[in-house]
Amino acid sequence: MHRERIVRMERLSDDIFRMVLQSGRLTESAKPGQFLNIRCGHSLQAYLRRPISICDVHAGDGTVDIVFQIRGPGTELLGEMKPGEEADVMGPLGNPFKPVNPGGSAIVVGGGIGTFPLLYLLRTMPEVKRTALLGFRTAGAVVMAKEFSSVADCMEIATDDGSLGHHGFVTELLEKRLRTERPDCVYVCGPMPMMRIVTEQCIGMGIPVQVSMEQRMGCGVGACLVCACKKRDGDDFSYTHVCREGPVFDGRDIVFD
Amino acid sequence: MPEAMKADLRVDVAGLRMKNPVIAASGTFGFGREYADYFDLSLLGGVSVKGLTLEPRRGNRPPRIAETPGGILNSVGLQNPGVHKFIEREIPFLRQYDVAILANASGSTLEDYVSMVEILSDADIDCIELNLSCPNVKQGGMTFGSSCPGITSVVSECRKKCRKPLMVKLTPNVTDITEIAKAAEAAGADSLSLINTLLGMAIDIETRRPILGNTMGGLSGPAVKPIAVRMVWQVANAVSIPVVGMGGISSGSDAVEFMLAGAAAVMIGTAGFVDPLVWPKSVGEIAGYMEKKGFADVQALSGAIRLW
Repeated sequence: MHRERIVRMERLSDDIFRMVLQSGRLTESAKPGQFLNIRCGHSLQAYLRRPISICDVHAGDGTVDIVFQIRGPGTELLGEMKPGEEADVMGPLGNPFKPVNPGGSAIVVGGGIGTFPLLYLLRTMPEVKRTALLGFRTAGAVVMAKEFSSVADCMEIATDDGSLGHHGFVTELLEKRLRTERPDCVYVCGPMPMMRIVTEQCIGMGIPVQVSMEQRMGCGVGACLVCACKKRDGDDFSYTHVCREGPVFDGRDIVFD
Repeated sequence: MPEAMKADLRVDVAGLRMKNPVIAASGTFGFGREYADYFDLSLLGGVSVKGLTLEPRRGNRPPRIAETPGGILNSVGLQNPGVHKFIEREIPFLRQYDVAILANASGSTLEDYVSMVEILSDADIDCIELNLSCPNVKQGGMTFGSSCPGITSVVSECRKKCRKPLMVKLTPNVTDITEIAKAAEAAGADSLSLINTLLGMAIDIETRRPILGNTMGGLSGPAVKPIAVRMVWQVANAVSIPVVGMGGISSGSDAVEFMLAGAAAVMIGTAGFVDPLVWPKSVGEIAGYMEKKGFADVQALSGAIRLW
């Protein structure tokens, strides 16, 4: 457990917040795809810590960004924290994304709040041709487009209602790209149906795909075994755990129901 | 404090000797590896490992956890690598530390339980904690532990084969826990541990689905503590074998409360998800309480409640 000072809180949309932590420890250790398990104060209404993915790391000024959506009493308390206060943080936890080698090409596919961990991934691969395909419900829900465009060579947005960018799903943007491009890896994070489609597309074409999974967590370190997700095991499946064996998995290993 | 006055934290729970009364509760601590990154496991009295079965178990469908006020519901369903892999891979790891190993054992049938006890009696462990109280499996577990005939048959058969201190973990999901406790004692249990989780349920009103993939699950955390203290108190007064108390302990003060109610030692679980240091910190806090209140021997705390 570490006490990390909050230096900035920003509201990025109605219900999305960015918390900026001053921490040389985290900037040195955090890898893209990892998460922090943060205590939301001492309320018994939000008893457990909340796992929040690392969104960006700024080595220059020693800060780390985490971005989260208000989804319940825990994230509500996190959203009320103020600059100057300290956050009680476990982590960085979990297995990170594996980067593409310099000179290669990568496509990240993010949906909604699943876009957040992909930003730092793009930043850590400066010598890779980087494409960001981001999907949101509507134009009002789009966050961090500027940040993504600054670290991606190419960025496209899809909205379900067509209010910005492509009218439709982000998976359609990927499908179109894969007709003419063959990236060295596709990285995906977002709703389960989206991750399933992207994973199937990539496996069908023999393109490596890394998925960042989400599940309700308990301890965050692999002891309690609650954050189970299905993993291929011969012709059958077994349960692996998102916090310790994930959250990033090889897409070929995961069984999407 | 002069050496002569240093609080003596050693306990002997019917042959399970520990340097202090704090045990990590089964199911919350894996096999210790994860938390060994956070503190020295030798600071604890004991570790009760993740519930073991003869064969590996896959566990229940997710979600397996639901947060509720002051606690959690879980429905892991005894996911574990099986007793043989535990013996081969996990005991050597835990033996690097000066900490007692409690092997938490479950089965689907009476024969399973007896086999588990036979196998574990030959293993390098310090105590067998017979899990007759898991609420998350269809067969075995709580089905045996919630009736006197059930608990009598399993404990008496296991007793015949058991060559380790035999602790029996009780479920609170019964009408009168003292009847179950007395049946376990009569059948040959060396000690009792309680409470396992309380059967509970939570529903997502947006989707109208149960939050847990298994519909029901076991409630733990601070929310259950008063029930647990009451049951430890009742059981400690009903039997003459030692009782290990647990249920929502989140500090040394909570641990002392269980000991005053009659517990000889305590287990801490869910609170460690929020603060992994609660396990070692509680040891120091118990010693601090003893110093403040003039107790030299931690065993004197057991049952030291002053009744009206």
